[in-house]
Amino acid sequence: MALRRLQDRPRILEVAYVATLGALRLFRRGLNPGGFVEWFFVKGEKVSKGIIFNCQMCGDCVLHSTGMTCPMTCPKNLRNGPCGGVRQNGNCEIVPDMRCVWVEAWDRSQRMKQFGKEIHTVLAPTDRRLEGTSSWINDISPNVTKRPAGWSE
Amino acid sequence: MRSGSRLERVLRSGHFAVTAELLSPDSADPQAVIDHAKIIGDSCDAINATDASGAQAHMSNVAVAALLRQAGYDAVVQLACRDRNRIAMQADLLGIGALDIRNVLCLTGDGVGTGDHPEARPVFDMDSITLLRTARILRDKGQFLSGRPIDSPPRLFLGAASNPFVPPYDFRPLRLKKKIGAGADFIQTQYCFDIPRLQSFMETVCDMGLHERVFILVGVGPLRSARVAYWMRDNIPGVAIPDSVIRRLLGAGKRSRTEGKRICIEMIQQIREIPGIAGVHVMAYRQEELVPEILNEAGLLPRPRLKDSDRAFHDGGASDDHG
Repeated sequence: MALRRLQDRPRILEVAYVATLGALRLFRRGLNPGGFVEWFFVKGEKVSKGIIFNCQMCGDCVLHSTGMTCPMTCPKNLRNGPCGGVRQNGNCEIVPDMRCVWVEAWDRSQRMKQFGKEIHTVLAPTDRRLEGTSSWINDISPNVTKRPAGWSE
Repeated sequence: MRSGSRLERVLRSGHFAVTAELLSPDSADPQAVIDHAKIIGDSCDAINATDASGAQAHMSNVAVAALLRQAGYDAVVQLACRDRNRIAMQADLLGIGALDIRNVLCLTGDGVGTGDHPEARPVFDMDSITLLRTARILRDKGQFLSGRPIDSPPRLFLGAASNPFVPPYDFRPLRLKKKIGAGADFIQTQYCFDIPRLQSFMETVCDMGLHERVFILVGVGPLRSARVAYWMRDNIPGVAIPDSVIRRLLGAGKRSRTEGKRICIEMIQQIREIPGIAGVHVMAYRQEELVPEILNEAGLLPRPRLKDSDRAFHDGGASDDHG
């Protein structure tokens, strides 16, 4: 798919990320979890991010922290870096024909200007309740916390 | 001191530490654990109890570690994210503390496909790094991830794995740094058969000053034959064996087992020369009887006796309270 090649343009994608978030913030008041508006957003995210990133709809999008590569496409759902099972050719331990998601993520993060360093941040375990919801709405809603209460040190 | 375990005290007192992996039995007989422990126990500072290694069920990690503690050995309990969610993990961490197991190795774990139950559901609710941080929150903040307080937090020396021998190579030292940031006190690496690769990894690690923030134990083990080496390379995720090593085993013909042992000893000797390394972790799968010979010939026996050690800690060498 031609659009998936966009992933190899992480700098364009990080600009798109900032623009999307900025635009959504303008409409913050009308965008809340639940209801028809979210349904519309879920469909939109599924199609757009699905085509480009093979988005798994975890509802807690961290693409800018993971080299604009969806970490939920890793068979182990790793969000904090590659496991120790990566093959010598850079492919996945579990799916031998697939390039390791984190080999790609690391490579792309190196080309990102604004969020490249984010790959070194320790991310919290995912809030599984958000699965299938709109991460765009979750991102701008103050009521969606995502992190476990005792996570911050 | 994080936990005061023998392993931690050996490392903090500046000795070159030795840990060894125990083959968890396919048995409900506690004697099976003790029999294995007797073979390797006097040659190392702590014994690793694996967590359903190779994605196959064996006696449980916590049970093996508890039996080892009862017998007077220090134990490193391995905890992998493949089979448990965050609730079970935190419950285990308290149980580990209660059983006086003081070293925990936080792992992501292999996929279920490597074992004999490929149809099982892989959990991966957390990853090794979030597990590390969770364990540290339990220990240092005295609370669960939810924020609920713990009456008496576990005292734990926290470990993590590292594999410098697989891609993406330049990310590996940075991932190590991330693990230290998440709470790692010590590191046990995957099998090392590639000294130049380890050297370049350690150069970066030392440049970043990471060796001063964490104790790094490098994984080693004897290869029985070239056939086994090929099998490991193809079937155990993350094991990298250079062709040069396999050629040596092939060249030895029928004496490949001796050659494999020889290679392992040479590896240990070369690893000791590399700055920033605090010890070795011996994984001698189904060749446990070679462990004492290997460590002896590598000049690592007897293990140091520590002062003011309490009775609960196995002190290596002359100690005979476990037979």
